[in-house]
Amino acid sequence: MSVAAEGGAVSEGSGAPQGTDEPPRKEASHGWRLFAIWLVLSAIVDPLYYIFAGPHIPPGRMSSTAGGAVFDFNILIVLAIPVMIGVWVYMAYAIIQWRASKGGPEPEGGPLAANNFKIQTSWITITTVLVLFLAGFGTYELVQPEGAGGGQGPNPIWTPTSNTVLPIQVIGQQWKFTYRYPTFGGFETTQLVVPQGVSIAFHVTSLDVIHDFWAYQLGVKADANPNQDNVAFTTPYQLGSFVVRCDELCGIWHGAMYNNGAVVTKDQFEVWAQTTEKALAANTKLLPPFAYTYTPDANGADGGYYPDNVDPYSKVETYGATQPGSG
Amino acid sequence: MVGFFVVAVVVIVVLVIGFTKQPPTVDYSNAQSGQPVDVTLQTVGAYGSAPHPTWVSYLIKDPSTGQWVHTSYFQVPAHTRVNMTIIQYDSGSPLRNQQIGMVTGTAGKVALLNGKPFHVYNSNAGNGVGHTFSIPTLGINVPLVGNNANANLCSAAPCTEKSPHNVLKFSFTSPGSGSYPWQCFVPCGLGFLYGNGGPMQTNGYMAGFMKVVA
Ligand SMILES: [Cu+2]
Ligand SMILES: [Cu+2]
Repeated sequence: MSVAAEGGAVSEGSGAPQGTDEPPRKEASHGWRLFAIWLVLSAIVDPLYYIFAGPHIPPGRMSSTAGGAVFDFNILIVLAIPVMIGVWVYMAYAIIQWRASKGGPEPEGGPLAANNFKIQTSWITITTVLVLFLAGFGTYELVQPEGAGGGQGPNPIWTPTSNTVLPIQVIGQQWKFTYRYPTFGGFETTQLVVPQGVSIAFHVTSLDVIHDFWAYQLGVKADANPNQDNVAFTTPYQLGSFVVRCDELCGIWHGAMYNNGAVVTKDQFEVWAQTTEKALAANTKLLPPFAYTYTPDANGADGGYYPDNVDPYSKVETYGATQPGSG
Repeated sequence: MVGFFVVAVVVIVVLVIGFTKQPPTVDYSNAQSGQPVDVTLQTVGAYGSAPHPTWVSYLIKDPSTGQWVHTSYFQVPAHTRVNMTIIQYDSGSPLRNQQIGMVTGTAGKVALLNGKPFHVYNSNAGNGVGHTFSIPTLGINVPLVGNNANANLCSAAPCTEKSPHNVLKFSFTSPGSGSYPWQCFVPCGLGFLYGNGGPMQTNGYMAGFMKVVA
């Protein structure tokens, strides 16, 4: 007890004369000192983080949705840093100030803390405010920009504000992604090229198991499910290349299921798309007409269980046109 | 307690051996430097022997012995022209995705089917496509056109050219050293979910590595 008095509880001289025991007053002054240390450290570390580390947080600012993700990460980290500092400061303070070798009291946990009105109210208030804020902030951030780059299913709630949207279909299969450009004759290629400054609607689907289209630097990530049209939006801002990875464990070559994509200028994109449309024309006319999902055909699967579940009269397009003997 | 420990160790050893066991590698990297290498593969509708006699499989011809080796691992020198010959003994079907009916990533974006050059194969016509030879990271894809399923097809490896077959030839230049996974893109694992299990997921059958050495 003597230690506590000597170290921090600068008694203001008017304490209730209860001999050597003055727990409430000491608690209070420890509390204020902890608060002061925490406040100063947080006020220093938070701006340092935001100014020096903030701009370099992944996935960068290649697109609207990537920039949105960076902003979200930064807000979360700015909120998390004071929480972390609070824990560390308290731990360090306890180790230095209340360690047994200094002749301090037994640790006051459990029952004693249980009746502390201040600790309880501040604990509940702070955590409630934090969690409610994060819930509200998180929900709002899922809306903007453009649905945060996440797959929103076939009927997106949050859509781009732009009137011109370029649809690109992403088709996952074991083990690569192919991309169809329905507004350029529906050609299908392994190359993903997107124009700068144009809203893109990725229509993500799969021909077999569940894959996940993760265009890392674009801040876009959407599950590729068979028979599902999962829509994700973004607007690329910066020119350059980005990486696409499959992010759903999908079999032996899941780890090799990646490719590079490119953001190019609008003019370059037009040239690329028209050239590719011509170059692939012979194969495009063999593809099924563009559809948002495709049911692999019985024969196309060359056996396997999938065909047994397929309704041959489904409105879903059969991938591979009419097949001999597909019923 | 001791019993549990012994069982745990045995399980771990079995798993480690199982996971690290690899098919043999057929070495084409001893060719004279600067000379093209000729790699020869065959595909068979049913391997015909244990442990998976019913599985489709690739085999690779050992250049030093002329023997067919049941594997999907081969090794070539870096930055060298690789002339591939694939003798396809299996039947075919329409493709789940006709995109892989295109020849891509080969020299001249072309492959020879029984001597005739082609760029795109319509899998909905004729005997369809049985398998593909694809190295996705290098953009290489060649559809292996199927044989008539009603013909007397070879059903146990190694097959000989007495059985009906299609010969596919194409070339590419090997990249820098590294291990490049290659695979078949036709879901040919008959009887497995989506046709993509079994041989499609097993090295030595429809999946393997091209090892490139400097
Ligand atoms: Cu995948
Ligand atoms: Cu195959």
